Amino acid sequence: MDAVAPIVTVAGIALIAAVNLYFFARPRAVAAAAETGGAQEVRVRVRGGYDPATIEVEAGRPVRLLFLREETAGCSDTVLLPEWGIAQQLPAHVETAVTFTPARPGTYEFTCGMHMLRGSIVVK
Amino acid sequence: MTFIQLDRLRAPAAETPEAPTTSGATGATLELQITGMHCASCVTRVEEALAAVPGVARASVNLATERAAVALARPVDAERLAEAVRAAGYGARAVSGPVADDAMERERAAELRLLQRRFLAAALLSVPVVLLGNFGMPPLLRGIPMAAQDWIQLAFATPVQLWAGWPFVSGSLLAIRRRTADMNLLVGLGTLTAYLYSVAATVAPDLVRGAGGEAHVYFDTAAVIVTLILLGRMLESRARASTSSAMRRLLDLRPRTARRVVDGVTAEVPLDQVQPGDVLLVRPGEKVPVDGVVLDGRSSVDASMLTGESLPVDVGAGDRVTGATLNQSGSFRMRAEHVGADSVLMQIVRLVQQAQGSKAEVARLADRVAAVFVPIVISIAIAAFVLWFDFGPAPRHTQALLKAVAVLIIACPCALGLATPTALIVGTGRGAELGVLIRGADALEAADGIATVVFDKTGTLTRGRPALTDVVPAAGVEEPRLLAVAASVEQRSEHPLAEAIVRGARERGVALAEPDDFSAVPGRGVVAVLQGRVVALGSPALLAEQGAALGTLDAERERLERAGRTVIAVAENGAALGLLAVADTIKPDAAATVAAMRRSGLEVWMITGDNARTAEAIAGEAGIGPDRVLSQVLPGEKSAKIAGLQQGGRRVAMVGDGINDAPALAQADLGIAMGGGTDIAMEASGITLVRGDLAGVPVALRLARRTMQVIRQNLFWAFIYNTLGIPVAAGVLYLFLRPGGPVGPLFGWQGTLHPMLASLAMALSSVSVVTSSLRLRGFR
Repeated sequence: MDAVAPIVTVAGIALIAAVNLYFFARPRAVAAAAETGGAQEVRVRVRGGYDPATIEVEAGRPVRLLFLREETAGCSDTVLLPEWGIAQQLPAHVETAVTFTPARPGTYEFTCGMHMLRGSIVVK
Repeated sequence: MTFIQLDRLRAPAAETPEAPTTSGATGATLELQITGMHCASCVTRVEEALAAVPGVARASVNLATERAAVALARPVDAERLAEAVRAAGYGARAVSGPVADDAMERERAAELRLLQRRFLAAALLSVPVVLLGNFGMPPLLRGIPMAAQDWIQLAFATPVQLWAGWPFVSGSLLAIRRRTADMNLLVGLGTLTAYLYSVAATVAPDLVRGAGGEAHVYFDTAAVIVTLILLGRMLESRARASTSSAMRRLLDLRPRTARRVVDGVTAEVPLDQVQPGDVLLVRPGEKVPVDGVVLDGRSSVDASMLTGESLPVDVGAGDRVTGATLNQSGSFRMRAEHVGADSVLMQIVRLVQQAQGSKAEVARLADRVAAVFVPIVISIAIAAFVLWFDFGPAPRHTQALLKAVAVLIIACPCALGLATPTALIVGTGRGAELGVLIRGADALEAADGIATVVFDKTGTLTRGRPALTDVVPAAGVEEPRLLAVAASVEQRSEHPLAEAIVRGARERGVALAEPDDFSAVPGRGVVAVLQGRVVALGSPALLAEQGAALGTLDAERERLERAGRTVIAVAENGAALGLLAVADTIKPDAAATVAAMRRSGLEVWMITGDNARTAEAIAGEAGIGPDRVLSQVLPGEKSAKIAGLQQGGRRVAMVGDGINDAPALAQADLGIAMGGGTDIAMEASGITLVRGDLAGVPVALRLARRTMQVIRQNLFWAFIYNTLGIPVAAGVLYLFLRPGGPVGPLFGWQGTLHPMLASLAMALSSVSVVTSSLRLRGFR
């Protein structure tokens, strides 16, 4: 141990705290659905994640998510909405619509085909 | 880059007929294949040309897939659109069929090619870096000073890091901006740490030394990690492509075109233009284009691709045919009934696709871990750095740095993520090939612990329609004469028992006559005049009214009724001619299947609305004991009976086919719907057997168990890999294996892991998970 060690220790602990705060306490981009032709419509960009990652919709009315995948790489080529039994392929650079009607309020997850990218649908 | 990124497709995607869970824009959409485009400005020109055609609402062109999606406000001929594109100087033709799938295929292929190029470049450029980093200059060039050697390494390592490794770098930047930590961030951080430290040591060695570090470069580490992880990704993406090969084969079954007959003229049209009600011609050797009914002509149809059933089926007018099956010998005309998403094939595809999107309870922990994995690994890496820096041996800067990099690199959330979905995709795909449609992970999980299987009787264990089983003539009467008299009279009746007698007589080659007079006695039977003689046919009570006594036949009647048969007595001019017995017969493979299931430790039950005597007789033929028979169960009570069996925690599977089975199928832990069953039964069940034979039941249960087994193994290895790999990379073993430690070096190994080895382990881990899932392709 020398004079540098405590500095490195403190810096390391601070960095760990910062990393966890940064990734876990992030403000979620929440999007509320807009009304289009009777359906609640939300556009979701797919690029290394879902943007917005949290989508608010109302129960009992049809929801249309328009996924625009802006990458060819990675596992984002399929989006899964297990609650509604949906596995939809997302060709790159085109919008792909996924339509379903949430019956009950709650928070439901949607993920990529490998369950690595995540987003959630909050049904109110 | 192969692709020019185009964010220009503003129109919603084309409505894909094969994906009923999605829907695109309202109104029709046409797809065109465009050729001759080179750049983004070509795309604009083609879009403008298309948009100028009257009736076009929106046109969007994708350069990567060379497709144009044209949304129409009103019907426009596809050829008209193609003409407009050609006038603008590009090639165009209308396309039909699975746009999304084709596009995805090309994308994946292009992505794989790019990955291969990146890997190849990384591998070649890494060779000099590794040689220089480990062996120094070759003898000829020894005169070059050390500092220059570092610069040479920098020159080779930079394209590896910044071009070949660009997906990791850009992915990291994106992850940081989005505040979502992923795999790329780990690899990006790991390699950039090694690379940037080395750059600093090369460009400003004095500065590094001044900060207490050693001016040693680790370009070889960064370059080798990039190369190996690219290799891993390449192998993984290849293996991943083959996980869905079963699904692709199913989609490939669809014919591209159909021969539509309009006003006696036959024209070949793309499949997606076929509408319900269209009359289609199917020639020998062609695929049946859609589901429908044969209007005229005869042929045999091979449905093995859909059901696994090996024998072709003869079809004639009135018979149903299924799209994508192969017409063999003759040609016939048919009326289209179900097209596109409604067809049997697409329902199968949909079921298999949905299975992939289902929730797996067993993967819940993996999902939770994966969600918090990356930030935690980064924290461990920082902790490893601090501990090695504070307490580790010299040179502490680089030791600490290498441990942190090794932790970042060895951690593999991908293995956790891939464990369940890949096995699901391969397992359900293989099931589809065997005629076993699995609805999702919950069905697999349910099938896993099944101890009891309940078969519905009618239509499941039995053929579901009565057949003539016994012919007992009275003394002095010939069997053919008894049959001829009975069947001739019964031709007039529409009762199911009458049909069974007529069919039985025809099968035995008996010639029938027309009765002159015919009247039904409700609930008793029929009386008719046949060739001048009065014939009575029905219950023994009816015969008594006609003055005919059964006499010695009465003992036979009792025996047959005890065996669960329905007995019909026949009299002619007041004298008994004999008895006929009719019963629903069990399927030929029922006994063997039940025996096999019992051997594998399953308890097999039968449930039916029949009376106990009939029920036990049928059950006996199938090899099910009387104590395992639930008889006289009203349709509404079936689910309650299943619930009764479930008491005490026994897990019950129900096998059935009818609408009245649906509540019981849903009540059971696992519902298995038999082929040709109703949609409602399919909706209520976890597994659907496309084929009607019972052998599919044990196959389905075995496949489900096998798939679950693979999922569990995958998850186990992914967890073990990460829980062992990360501490080893962090250098925990050094505590024991260090020189002078409690154990001491093991074959010279001091318990630390070089980041290059870590990258090899990481590359192999996700590949091995996918490869493990691919074992299910060989399931029989």
